[in-house]
Parts: sequence; structure tokens; C-alpha cells
Amino acid sequence: MLGAVLLGFLFSLFLVFAGTYFRGKLAVVSSIIPISLFIYFLSFIPEISSGEVVYETYKWIPSFGVNLSFTLDGLALLFTLMITGVGSLVFLYTSAYLKNHKYLDRFYGYLSLFMAAMLGLVLSDNLMSMFIFWELTSISSFYLIGFNNDKADSRKSALTALGITGIGGLLLLGGAVLLGDVAGTYRISEMLSMRDVITDSPHYLLILLLIFGAAFTKSAQFPFHFWLPGAMKAPTPVSTYLHSATMVKAGVYLLFRMTPVLNGAEIWHSILIIVGAVTMLYSAIHIIFRTDLKGILAYSTISALGILVFLIGIGTQAALVAAAVFIVVHALYKASLFLITGIIDHETGTRDVTQLSGLRKVLLPVAIAGFIAALISGGVPPTLGFVGKDLIYEATLHFRDGALLLTILAIITKILLFYGGFVAGVKPFMGKLPNQFENLHLPSPLMWVPPLIMTLAGIVFGLFPGLIESAFIKPIAMTQAIGFEDFHLKLWHGFNTVLGLSAVTIATGIILYVILKPKHSYETAITKLDSIAPKNLILNLSDGFALFSRYWTNFFQTGYLRHYISIVVFLLILLLGYLIFSDFSLTIDYSSLTELTIYEISILLMLLLGVLYTVFTKSRLAAVAALGVVGLSFSLLFLFYSAPDLAMTQFSVDTLTVILFVLVLYKLPKYLNLSDNRLRIKHGVLSVSFGLLITLMILTVLNEPKNTEISEFYAENAYKLAHGKNIVNVILVDFRGIDTMIEISVLIVAALGVFGLLKLRLKTRDKK
Amino acid sequence: MKTIILKSASSYLLPVLLLFSIFILLRGHYLPGGGFVGGLVAAIAFVLDAFSNGLDKTKSVLKIHPGFLMPLGLLVAFFSGISPILFTDMPLMTGLWAENPIPVIGSVGSALFFDLGVYLVVIGASLTIIFTISESV
Repeated sequence: MLGAVLLGFLFSLFLVFAGTYFRGKLAVVSSIIPISLFIYFLSFIPEISSGEVVYETYKWIPSFGVNLSFTLDGLALLFTLMITGVGSLVFLYTSAYLKNHKYLDRFYGYLSLFMAAMLGLVLSDNLMSMFIFWELTSISSFYLIGFNNDKADSRKSALTALGITGIGGLLLLGGAVLLGDVAGTYRISEMLSMRDVITDSPHYLLILLLIFGAAFTKSAQFPFHFWLPGAMKAPTPVSTYLHSATMVKAGVYLLFRMTPVLNGAEIWHSILIIVGAVTMLYSAIHIIFRTDLKGILAYSTISALGILVFLIGIGTQAALVAAAVFIVVHALYKASLFLITGIIDHETGTRDVTQLSGLRKVLLPVAIAGFIAALISGGVPPTLGFVGKDLIYEATLHFRDGALLLTILAIITKILLFYGGFVAGVKPFMGKLPNQFENLHLPSPLMWVPPLIMTLAGIVFGLFPGLIESAFIKPIAMTQAIGFEDFHLKLWHGFNTVLGLSAVTIATGIILYVILKPKHSYETAITKLDSIAPKNLILNLSDGFALFSRYWTNFFQTGYLRHYISIVVFLLILLLGYLIFSDFSLTIDYSSLTELTIYEISILLMLLLGVLYTVFTKSRLAAVAALGVVGLSFSLLFLFYSAPDLAMTQFSVDTLTVILFVLVLYKLPKYLNLSDNRLRIKHGVLSVSFGLLITLMILTVLNEPKNTEISEFYAENAYKLAHGKNIVNVILVDFRGIDTMIEISVLIVAALGVFGLLKLRLKTRDKK
Repeated sequence: MKTIILKSASSYLLPVLLLFSIFILLRGHYLPGGGFVGGLVAAIAFVLDAFSNGLDKTKSVLKIHPGFLMPLGLLVAFFSGISPILFTDMPLMTGLWAENPIPVIGSVGSALFFDLGVYLVVIGASLTIIFTISESV
């Protein structure tokens, strides 16, 4: 299984080097990758349908409990088949859709990177590796949305999508860490037995909110949905693959996966039902106002994701089964509709549904696929869509409270989705063919066969729902639902309430399709409300944050070293001062002090003179020289207190510092004017109080009982273990050698920083 | 600063100071000294030379940009650190020592190479900083 996950990564890596060969006719060959993976995962069906779960674990970072553990159960199988199945068709389709595009190899690279990440995500049993794959899907989505990187709005949409899903990734990381902390493991399969521990934990609510945040951003739930319509800037194969069939379902997958672990408290149900219901209705209503085919499909995708979240929120076995079936239904019809839209766009050059009509005369197979896709989407028998719709009504009707309200919401959404499916799948092909489209030809079969395959699969599964039932729907119910009862998927349930509701939905849908025509005036009407749309609110928030950080940065980053030092010293004074004066007792044992010798007194005098001269002199060079005197006096002091190493280093450092100062200051004019008295007094107070505080601190430290254990250890072992008599040196190069290693690295970074900054400035000056 | 005294003195001072810096580096294990101070002394030697003979002359004496000494030193220190892993089964930073001392230098061990790395990095970093600054003013 590891190989299956890595194959896509390896292929995208391979394309980096061999890409030029895959730009032309060979491009279609790359479809071998998803097709072979699809067959590989198909081979697991017998095992999974007999109720087994396949585990595989590879050690990665075992010390942190992060391993590549893969689980293949019903849920994972459903997603892997969807990813590789839709992936195969999209790979084939792309080779014709982006034929001879100069970056076609790059596109395939991103696609297979995404496919691998998505496979890793749904197969991961370890929350940490799941997080990593989760982030990889966001990143590959970013590249794919921004694939037309010469267009500004593509880049902007890519950035918005990355921002929103990136926030979700962070939330997932937080949730994963908390969950791992509470459960004591990152393995989801081990968490299953700890449901009570997790739901009773004080962090339960926080975990729930973090996981929800991750799922809602990824699966475009209200109010984070707006990145998805923006993501439609991507080439159509991407919209088909990532933004309708697979990636956006990652959030739904996470909720599905977490159902047996976190489902329990009332809040799990209420949040998911409310958010799901708001999303499905809000975006279903938006469908009416769109005229761009992709816009219609984007909103109906969001609505479908809302239905899935809503069903998972209901959480009964019937609801979970309905959700699983609906995932299949949605993948089949929505991917087909996207591919069909791509063909229309590719051939006619427009996606404006008000301008498209009569295309059946020139694109007949596409029209057939579109018609069937609309039937699946509308839940018309005998398609799988009908089975899915009935299951949804079944689930809402039998929910313990508010069954009526939930059912009505579901019906309204379904009616609007019916309308959306017909507008996208049927309307462009009906009516009279405009003159300008008369010369159109059917594109390469690579483009129109994939949607046809998917829609036909929708009919086959509808007639024989047992095919998907045994393969993954039943295994999903067994592992994800609490308490399993046997069931059978059927096309025909007999005459009952659900059938009545179905009939109402379809009838109303047809009426709506006949009366309501997409119009540009609707679209302009709704753009007036944009200012209060969540998209604008959140984008304004991010703009505001950028503005705030600009002010914040400008306030503190003045570019003057003296400001930085003043701020740092001032804050240190505040902190240290508070610490010292809140709990301060200083006793100095005068009897333990040795007498001052004449040498010490004279050095102290030198120090004092040096400091005073530095402060009051009117020449820069003199000030630097006086500072040198201060430094050298210090090294003498070190020498007196038997620290020759320190003295030597201080001596050399001081020499170099003085030289450096002289180099910089030598060419500057004399002080033209001194800073004004107020500033000087301010700086004076600051430095004197800082000095005082440090003195106090050192005196307090002396009061502490001495711990000589460490220095004794070094003194004893310096020669024994490290063959050195100079303890300071032994510590530096041996006992604490790694510290030294890092210190010299820091030194290098500093030198490179100076070099980079100054050289950069030199170059810009040269240009002028 | 073009003074004849400094100029003639520095042509003798440079080799003497460099020798002195190596002396400090070598004695570090038993007596005050070591790579850090040694490096600083060597850097001062070059800076003094640059003062009296001009930066370009010093650079031509150095042959390579002092910046290259930094990664070189880091590599030397790094390899002396991991040498116990490479050559024996002992953990990182274990001191390895040659059995017989070499004349003049004395006992040679991985710690000496580590210090040599520090020495090179310090020369490289301080000369890079000082040369860059003096070029840009």
C-alpha cells in the first residue's frame, strides 16, 4: 500500500526530469498510473466486502508516535476507488483538453502529486501522517488553481484557497495533537476503543471545534465556502477532480472517519446539522442566480457537501449509509457535468448558459451524457441518484427530533439541485442551435467518453445497487455506524412516504426548470449583496489584519538601532525591576569580601574615566577609543580574578570592535550637533537604571547558595575524559561541543547577514 | 593610513601574528588560548595588514575570499564531531586521540580539529564582516 501511495509522488518527481517527453502525444500514457492504481484497489473488494480491514505500518518517526500506518476499510476503499477512478478518467480527458499546452507535463505532475497526497490522506491511520497528506493536498490544489499563473485572478483565487484550507490545516494539527494527547495515541484505529475517554475529556469541545474547523474549511462549508467558486479559475479537469469529486470531500472524509471516535455528545450533531443545513440551502439558492456553467456547478457542489455534512450530523446508520451512497452519486454526476462543461467551453469558447442552446445537434454523445448526468443529479429512477435521494429522505424522516423540518430542508435543497443539474446538463443541448455554433465538431473521444462512462455507471449502479453495497457501503456501515443492523440497497421500495416525497421533488424540479430561466439580471441582482457576503467579510478581515501588521511593524521597526536598543532595554528594566522589587531582600556579607587592592582601584578609576569621556567627548573617534579603554580595563579585571581565557578573548574582541568602529566612523564628519538634552537625559536615565538593576541582580545571585557540583565535575574529568588541562577549552570543544558548533553557525549566519545586506545596498547604489 | 613605519612593520607582523595565533590555537587544550581567541588574533593580523597596505593587497595575500573559510571551518568541526560515529561505534562528539604525540604539535585528537574548525570560522566570519563594512563606507 505504501507503494501505491508513493507511486504518484515518484511519478511527479520523474516528470521533473523527463517532463519534455510527456508534453506531446505521450501525455496520455501517464494515465497508466491512476488506471493501474484503480485496478490495484479493485482487487481489495473481496477482502473488504467480507468485513476485513487491511492494516499496514511502516516506521517513520517512531519516537514521536508518527508512523505511516495505513488502513484499508470500506470508507477508505470508497475514497481510493473514487480518487483513482475519477483520476483515471481525468488523466485521459486532460491529454485531449490541454493538448499541446506548453506546461502539460507540469500539470500532470501536480495532478499525480495531488492524487498521491489524497490517497495517503484517506489511507492514513495515523493522525499526524494524515495531517501531512492533508497539507499536501492543499498545496497541490494551490498550484492547480493557479495553473494559469499569468492571470491575476487565478493567482488571487489560488492564494485565497490556500489561505482558507491552510487555516484548516493548522486547526487539524491542533485537533490531532489534542486528540493524540487525550487518547495517548495518534492511531485512529486505537482511538476507536477509547471513545468514552475522549468524549468525557475536558478538551472534548475544543477537539471537536478544531476538527470541525478543519473539515469545514476543506469541504467549503458556510461561511468558508467562498474559496470554492474562486477555485473554478482552474482548468476544468482540476475543477472536476479536486474541487468536486475528491479534495473537497476530504473534510467530509475526516468527519466520517471521526464519527466512531467523536460522535457522542449532542453538540456533535447540532453543529454539523446546522452548518450542513445552512450550507446546502444557502448555496442551493445561489444556483438560481448564476449563469456561468462552472459557477452553477460550484454552488451545487457546495450544496452537495452541505448535504453530506448534514447527513453525518444526523449520524444514524441510515444517514451514514445515505451519505456514503450520495458520495458515489455526487462523484459520478458532478464529475461528468464538469467534464461536459469543459467540452462545451473547449468547443464553443463560452460557459454562459444563456448563450448556449441546441448543442445536441453537433455534440450528440456529450448531450446524452449530460442528460443522464442531470437524471442522476435529479434522482430520477432508475439511476443511482434515485437510490441516494430516497436514502436521504429515509434518514431525515427517522431522525429522533425535528424530522419534519429536516426533511423539508432536504427536499428544498434537492429540488434546487435538480434544477441546477438540468440547467448544466440539459439546457445547453436543447432548443435551437445558434448559427455561430453550426460548424462545431465532436472533440476527441478521450474527452467525451469519460463522462459517458461515469453516467452509464450511474445507471448500472442504480439498477444493481448490490454492486456497491457489498463492496463498500456495508463495510462502511459496519465500521462507522454505532450498532450495525443489516440492510439492503434497493431501487424499488414499494409505495411509501419516501416515494411520494421523491415524486414531489422531481415534479417540482421539472416545473422549476420550465419556468425559471437563468438570466444575467439575477446575477447582477445578487452581486449587490456582495458587501455582506461572508467572502467579503473574511477578505476585509484579512486586509484589516495586513493593515494592522503594517502599522505595528512601522511602529517598532523604525530602522534606527538606538530605538531597538532603547525598547529592548526598557522592557528588560520593566521585567527585571518588577521581579526584583516584588520579592527583594538583599543582604551583603561585608566580612566575606576581600579588601580592595591598589590595582583594582586604579582600574576602576580608568573604567570610570573611560565611561565619562565616552559620554562627554565631542569627537566620535575619541568616544570609540574611550570605549576601547573601558573594554580593555574589563579584560584586566578578568585577569585579576584569574580568568585568563576570558581576558584574552575580551582583549581581542575589543580590539576588533574598535577597529570596526574606526572603519565606519573614520570617514564621517565630526559631531555636527549633539542630540538634544531631553533625549540625552532619557537615554542617561535608561542606562543608569539598567546598570543599577544588573548590579542588584548580580548581588542577589551571590546571595544564592552556590551549586558547585557541575564545576567540580568538569574540574575532575577534564583531564581524565578529555585529556585537557584547560577546563574552559575542554568545555568548549568537548563537553559542550555541540553548543560551540551551533554558536559558530550563528556567527556564520551573522557574517552572511552583514555581507548580504551591505552588498545588496552596494549593488542598488551602483545601478544609480 | 599610509605611514611608512606601520607599513614596514606590518610586513613582518603579519606572519608573526599568524604564527602566534596558531600557537594560541594549539596550546588551548592545556593553557589559556584556543580556537576562538586564535581566530580573533589571526583576524586582527589581517586587519592590521589591510590598514597599512590597503584592502586589495590583503585580499591578494589571502587568495580566496575569507567567507569561504566559514563553511570550511564548519565542515572541519562537523566532521571532527561525527568522526566517532564514522570510525568507531562511539556516540557523537566522543574524543578520539592518536596514540603517539606528534613532535612540536603534541597529542592530536578530534578535539584539536574541532578547535581548528572554530578557528577557521572565526577568521572567516570576522574578516567577512570587517571587509564588507570597510568596502561599503
